[in-house]
Amino acid sequence: MKFQRIFAIIERDMRKFFRSPALMMSSMIFPLMQLIVLGYAFGGKIKGIKIAVVDEDRTAASRDLRERFDAIVAGPRTMEVMNYGSISDALVDLRAGFVRAVVYIPADYSQRVEQGNRPRIAFIEDNTDNFVTSELFTRMQDLVRDINQGLNPFQPGQRLTVPLPRLNPLIDLQVVELYPYIEYIKYLLSGSIAMAVFIVAMIGGGITFIDDKSRGLHEGYLVTPITKTELIVGLILSGAIKGLMAGTTITVIGGLISGIDRLWDPVRLFYLAVVLSTTSAAMISFMFLLMVRVSDPLVPRAMFGVLNTLLYFPSGAIYPVEGFPVWLRWISYIDPFTYAVHALKALLLKNTGFSGIYSDILILAGFTVLLVSLSVAFFKRQI
Amino acid sequence: MDPINHNAIEVNKLKKQFGDFVAVKDVSFTVQAGEIFGLLGPNGAGKTTLIRMLTTLTPPTSGAATVAGHDVVADPNGVRIAIGVIPQALTSDPDLTARENMTIHAKLYGLTGAQRQELIPRLLESVGLTEFADKLVGSFSGGMRRRLEIARGLVHSPKIMFLDEPTTGLDPVSRTAVWEMINKLKQGAGLTILLTTHYMDEADRLCDRIAIVDHGQLVALDTPAKLKDSVPGTDIVEAEFDNPPENWDAALEQLTGAASVANHSGVRHISSTSGPVTVRELMDLARDRGVTVRRVSVQGTTLDDVFLYYTGRQLRDAASESARRDIGYLYK
Repeated sequence: MKFQRIFAIIERDMRKFFRSPALMMSSMIFPLMQLIVLGYAFGGKIKGIKIAVVDEDRTAASRDLRERFDAIVAGPRTMEVMNYGSISDALVDLRAGFVRAVVYIPADYSQRVEQGNRPRIAFIEDNTDNFVTSELFTRMQDLVRDINQGLNPFQPGQRLTVPLPRLNPLIDLQVVELYPYIEYIKYLLSGSIAMAVFIVAMIGGGITFIDDKSRGLHEGYLVTPITKTELIVGLILSGAIKGLMAGTTITVIGGLISGIDRLWDPVRLFYLAVVLSTTSAAMISFMFLLMVRVSDPLVPRAMFGVLNTLLYFPSGAIYPVEGFPVWLRWISYIDPFTYAVHALKALLLKNTGFSGIYSDILILAGFTVLLVSLSVAFFKRQI
Repeated sequence: MDPINHNAIEVNKLKKQFGDFVAVKDVSFTVQAGEIFGLLGPNGAGKTTLIRMLTTLTPPTSGAATVAGHDVVADPNGVRIAIGVIPQALTSDPDLTARENMTIHAKLYGLTGAQRQELIPRLLESVGLTEFADKLVGSFSGGMRRRLEIARGLVHSPKIMFLDEPTTGLDPVSRTAVWEMINKLKQGAGLTILLTTHYMDEADRLCDRIAIVDHGQLVALDTPAKLKDSVPGTDIVEAEFDNPPENWDAALEQLTGAASVANHSGVRHISSTSGPVTVRELMDLARDRGVTVRRVSVQGTTLDDVFLYYTGRQLRDAASESARRDIGYLYK
């Protein structure tokens, strides 16, 4: 293996890269746009959901319930309460989409509260929007729990004047938050950085590689004494350098946009560079192996969307891996994106230092070695 | 390497098969050091496949070949270092300048910085690209790119050059420029050159020896002059006369060397085994009979005739045959 030949291939690629600003721009604009749009679209707290309240009981107990709704309206403003006279009117408006849910307090509510006879409130929801439904349901559960805590479980109908600390059967969960509240845009940033690296790998390792091949440029190199290992190592190193540059740029710009604290911490920047280098090497090797036998320039273009979906979404960049079904988890295990996103999140959100990223780095480096070896094995030195 | 008794290229029963299709059928020939050797044949005759096997780009199915003394299968790197290759497709990188293309290639051949500094400007000068050295190749014409690629193929001072259809797709001026370069290479550097072409005039003008390739086989191999001599009776004497007498055509047929006479609306085409002899007798006969010769010309044997003789069809027919194979759906 002669390093002069490897450097010649790297030199060629880097010169071409700096001559095509379109490639540099496209590798950065897409992930940044995604970061900003997705970050602001999904990041916000849901507010002002219209709900209908139908109170057929009209007693002190039901008024107490309605006051609790008003408290939510005044506080977190999750919902906007509209009072309806009849349940049928409320249901018509629910189906028409004017309100998202109906809370129905039946006429016997207070009576059952007095008797301790399982008082019931109906919560009728428009479940076509999961996000709205789950937010409303959480609020309703909180509300019902609060009311229940005020009732004496032993003597129906009697309000407790003092709490029963020893006898209270309910477990009180105390939540301790390790880190300050993470906005969704910060959560997304790691995925966007990995995406920038991926796009460079896709364009550099996929599209330009196949284009050069189909234009016959490779024939010019294959008649020289270059070996396939030299050619592949050269192409992968140049791809990794390009990926590192794109990843660093998105880390800085995205970090500023999403407001990452102490972005310029030099130790963290060093670890970020290590993660980005291994990520770039793994992604470009992955792409290279996929494209090693392809010669039709349409193939990498057609695969772009498929690969983007298959690698980005299962990586945990936008939703935690723990929420995936088993088959999707398996994709995430063999997806280099997963480890890149995990390491970047560890550094950007928690600033863990080396202990939080070394396993990801080892896995990505292992991936690279495996993929490069396979590429060398499958690459055809001849036409 | 002794240029006189060492064969630069030895090809022995070389064969290449793609599935059921045999692209090159047991071809054997030798190329002597210092000569320009041409492979002449229509598109699809197997010329490119043959050249790819010799330049280590495609492994042969069977047979053997040595290039500059190195076996193409056993020692491909030995071959690669000894040869310069100008493939048929334009392989210079359009996103790099002429100088950068040369530099990258020189590095792939392991040239040192000092060697590159010395050689690259000289080579660019020799192909007339000095003033375009730092321009992007994407802005070059086809002829300029081809000249750059010839310079690039010479960057490691090879002993043998392979040129696959060096002038295909070039305008007449660029073609002439490339021909001059190839002649200069042979004279100056003493290179052995193997080129393929489907242009008769190109083969005739450049090559010391020509191998005619058709359907993957060598059908003839010799110098252009000997190939033409080997074709019988194909000089054409073309003549026009004022008021020729009766039986004039029959009299013309009696001329020495004349094989047949055809009358194309007053213009006689006499096919002859020896054009000059027939013309001399024709002039004598016309004077004796008092016939005025308005015009006479001799058309010697061309490589077209040679190709027709050895393959049974015109090169242009062979070309349209292969075109039919390539774009057959247009004929249906």
